[in-house]
Amino acid sequence: MRVVVEPSRYKIPLARPSIGVAGKTGSWRLERPIVDNNACTRCFLCEIHCPVNVIRVEPETGVSINYDYCKGCGLCADVCPVGAIKMVPEE
Amino acid sequence: MGLKLVLTGNYSIAYAAKMARVNVVAAYPITPQTSIVEKLAELIEGGELDAVMIRVESEHSALAACFGAALAGARVFTATSSQGLLYMHEMVHWASRARIPIVMGIVTRTLGPPWNIWPDHTDYMDQRDTGWVMSFAVDNQEAFDLTLQAFKISEDPRVYLPVMVGIEGFILGHTTMPVEIPDQSAVDEWLGPRRQPYVIDGSDHLALGNLASPEDTEEFFMDIQNAMEEAKKVIAEVDEEYSKIAGRPSMGLVECFKCEDAKYLAVSMGAWSGDLKEAILQLRDEGFDVGLARIRYYRPFPAEQLYERARGAKGVVVFDRAISFGSAGPIFLDTLASIARYSRKTPYVKNVVAGLGGVNITSEDFSKIIRKFVEEVESDALVPFEWYHRRGG
Repeated sequence: MRVVVEPSRYKIPLARPSIGVAGKTGSWRLERPIVDNNACTRCFLCEIHCPVNVIRVEPETGVSINYDYCKGCGLCADVCPVGAIKMVPEE
Repeated sequence: MGLKLVLTGNYSIAYAAKMARVNVVAAYPITPQTSIVEKLAELIEGGELDAVMIRVESEHSALAACFGAALAGARVFTATSSQGLLYMHEMVHWASRARIPIVMGIVTRTLGPPWNIWPDHTDYMDQRDTGWVMSFAVDNQEAFDLTLQAFKISEDPRVYLPVMVGIEGFILGHTTMPVEIPDQSAVDEWLGPRRQPYVIDGSDHLALGNLASPEDTEEFFMDIQNAMEEAKKVIAEVDEEYSKIAGRPSMGLVECFKCEDAKYLAVSMGAWSGDLKEAILQLRDEGFDVGLARIRYYRPFPAEQLYERARGAKGVVVFDRAISFGSAGPIFLDTLASIARYSRKTPYVKNVVAGLGGVNITSEDFSKIIRKFVEEVESDALVPFEWYHRRGG
């Protein structure tokens, strides 16, 4: 199957997504997820479920969250099977 | 020259998809389309066509599957009818606005309720504003030719829009006639490899359909309109090139049948144009200067060509097998707008809506309607809109 990609002279509704195209969305946050990495079982559910892809789970260090872009939706806290993530109101 | 096969309209479309060497077919069965994709399944199963048949749970999914495969670089084909086409309608817009080449066969069938499997053009006309290039065949040979050409038009960088090819269910769909199939090697050389403006196959981070500003969005749509204008040239070019392979003359967007010197011009689209041609021959024998401009492409609408054909005529009668309820037939509206676009002086233009729900309209009916139309024009008593309906026969 051969495909020739030949650009159009017209506009195409395509975009290249990148972190933070809408600015640092962390400022939208009303509640901050706080992680207890001692309780964390490294199940990766929070990383998989994060809708903005700002959670990383490392086997050694546990969960880290990029608060510059985390909007505080609380999905990670909701899916955590051991209650290791708590949502705390922002100051 | 290739083969001559005796094919139904549906099989003609299936064979055209085969000659285009489609990679992916996804479809959901619906009368009267089903035998197109049944034939393709048979060709794939028999090893005559190297393609993947994706079975899906609905027409919406059928076009979604085709769309995904097309995004990834596959040449795709699907077909549907009537309610199925309506169910697919959201994806129809996705394909054109994403500028992804796709070819689809539409085997027209009346919309319900009441339940009805006979053909008219209402399901097809419902796709009018989707941004697809839309052609419509008069016979099985043309169904084959238009479908094969659709791949070339759709994949032209000046167009990059999906193309739908219409035929009437049963009247063409399930009746046979000899169809000339060109040589595969000639088709391969003419059609070339799949072309598209971008590929989404996981090798690069691309997102389609992101939020865009009102201004950007409007510019995307302005480009579709520009591409439609370009498509008029591309269609004529492709038809011309294809005529060399096929060994038959090209017709472009509109077929002109005895229309050069016609004082009275009929405008129509689809299989019943065959009956209309018979009526025109009969009326010519009776001394009426009648001709026919037959729409082969409804989108882009051949405005210039129709104006050129209509400008010298005293009267134009437009036959529609669909209606925009509360207004008139869609071809009539486009024809009137086309003429008015180029001239303030318009001939008498009449709309006859007929054949809805699959009511059979014969050459006798056409002769009767046109005789009456000429009388109306000559006595300056035009009835601008008429729903011609009859029972029996």
